[in-house]
Amino acid sequence: MALHTQSLAELAAGLRNGDFTSVELTESMLARIAAHNEKLNAFITVTADDALAAAAGADAARAAGKGGALNGLPIIHKDIFCTQGVKTSCGSKMLENFISPYDATVVENLANAGAIMLGKTNMDEFAMGSSNETSYFGPVHNPWDLECSPGGSSGGSSASIAARLAPGATATDTGGSIRQPAALTGTVGFKPTYGRVSRYGMIAFASSLDQAGTITRSAEDAAMMMSAMAGFDAKDSTSIDEPVPDYAAELGGSVEGLRVGIVRQHFDDGLDAATGERVKEAITQLESMGASTVEVDLPNIDMSVPTYYVVAPAECSSNMSRFDGVRFGHRASDPKDLLDLYCRSRGEGFGDEVKRRIMTGAYVLSAGYYDAYYLKAQQVRQLIADDFKKAFADVDVIAGPTAPAPAFRLGDKVDDPIQMYLNDIYTIGANLAGLPAISVPCGFVNDMPVGLHLVGSHFAEGTLLRCAHQYQQHTDFHKACPEGFE
Amino acid sequence: MSLDKEQVQHIAMLARLELSEKEYAESVEKLSRIVDFVDQLSQADTDGVVPMAHPLHAAQRLRPDAVTESNERDHYQENAPAVENGLYLVPKVIE
Repeated sequence: MALHTQSLAELAAGLRNGDFTSVELTESMLARIAAHNEKLNAFITVTADDALAAAAGADAARAAGKGGALNGLPIIHKDIFCTQGVKTSCGSKMLENFISPYDATVVENLANAGAIMLGKTNMDEFAMGSSNETSYFGPVHNPWDLECSPGGSSGGSSASIAARLAPGATATDTGGSIRQPAALTGTVGFKPTYGRVSRYGMIAFASSLDQAGTITRSAEDAAMMMSAMAGFDAKDSTSIDEPVPDYAAELGGSVEGLRVGIVRQHFDDGLDAATGERVKEAITQLESMGASTVEVDLPNIDMSVPTYYVVAPAECSSNMSRFDGVRFGHRASDPKDLLDLYCRSRGEGFGDEVKRRIMTGAYVLSAGYYDAYYLKAQQVRQLIADDFKKAFADVDVIAGPTAPAPAFRLGDKVDDPIQMYLNDIYTIGANLAGLPAISVPCGFVNDMPVGLHLVGSHFAEGTLLRCAHQYQQHTDFHKACPEGFE
Repeated sequence: MSLDKEQVQHIAMLARLELSEKEYAESVEKLSRIVDFVDQLSQADTDGVVPMAHPLHAAQRLRPDAVTESNERDHYQENAPAVENGLYLVPKVIE
């Protein structure tokens, strides 16, 4: 059986059985990347030499009876995670030449578990985008249709997993940036509870919303990666000090008696009809496996996108102020004074969408507007979080579509920020309320993948992974491979 | 347009961003659309609602006031555009 088609769980078993070595596995994945990346533009950096050296180390550890849970398994990191000694660009000209002096905690945790980094994936600039078109390094192409977007901002991670260039990827999600690209590429995207995974060394966009997670082909693989990634980190002041369960051990239960909430607003006019059909079929499938459905009301959910587009830009404008052309990052040539240095370094280093969000944030935080916009948005955000809390008194998960339609064509929405923002209409609520959520492949519309979105209450990662895993035991949408990448 | 060029110039200056003439024209149009879009928040009834400060209502964690970092100045300055004798160089600030 070809190595690139196997899941992380299958590859781990193969390594344990001695069917192949980590070096052989890593070589085969690097060959896949070399053969296919030109079509996809999914990688900003490939770390072939480091990967092969680490794989040799993993083989030696295994031979000595050592090595962590992910020993010798190749993974890829979104280029938002700092990697010591390796370029960490965040998809921006601003950081085109930035070599990180340290590792993000996520990177360190996965390396400590024995995972091998193959490279850094392309993304929307500073994670601000839903199509991967805002990347300074050019858009990523969707392996299911190269003319289409793989979603964003984690488009390089989603496209790579769909194209079988790696079995597992890290990604980040501020408003849907893990789940929407997963839906658009037929992969599993998992965003845990806010604070569950350390944000240390993850370049900040909107700090009260950002959370690291995974893109894989199965929920089982997401559980494997999460067990290594999650946990308290003193270096992240918002990290939550809760024990990390063995997520893999929670996959086995059934969904018998699971109460699945359905939100009426998630199936109204904004949803493509055929996409809605696939999602309803998936919910019927869960019912046939013993789950029950209950209609739930989230009265303020329609306010989630405008709330997000106040809170996220406000925090973005604050976070982006660290890029000043002085300590690191792009610096304009021949500045005439300090103000000129700041303004031109930032004007040249940031792309259009990042500038737009910085300015939106500066506006909503500026004197005279703070109460009307930022304070108001944080109040509405509390109302949305309260709605979810009430709903989770009656249900275990909330199910619906991940994205309003399958992948759109590159270039189609780039000129209309509001249309682009509405791509995240179903995913943003989980970020505003800090809830865990997962997107699972649930079928196709015109040969393009569709995602089922499941949201859980705080720290219900195990429930979500079990529900998604059990669904995948009864369906094979996640095993479908895009043509040309078999 | 809910924003005019003068307002956008003010915002760009607050944000320390130099924009080209073309970028100004585009920003007036697109930022106005974003502001119009988020203006629907004003319809929400938020009387007496405490603004969210943290999704899990966690408080800021404190740690003992002790030195825990080692000096990595030279290492960190490898990424700096211009340094001399361990100092970051910028254009002259004081005449």
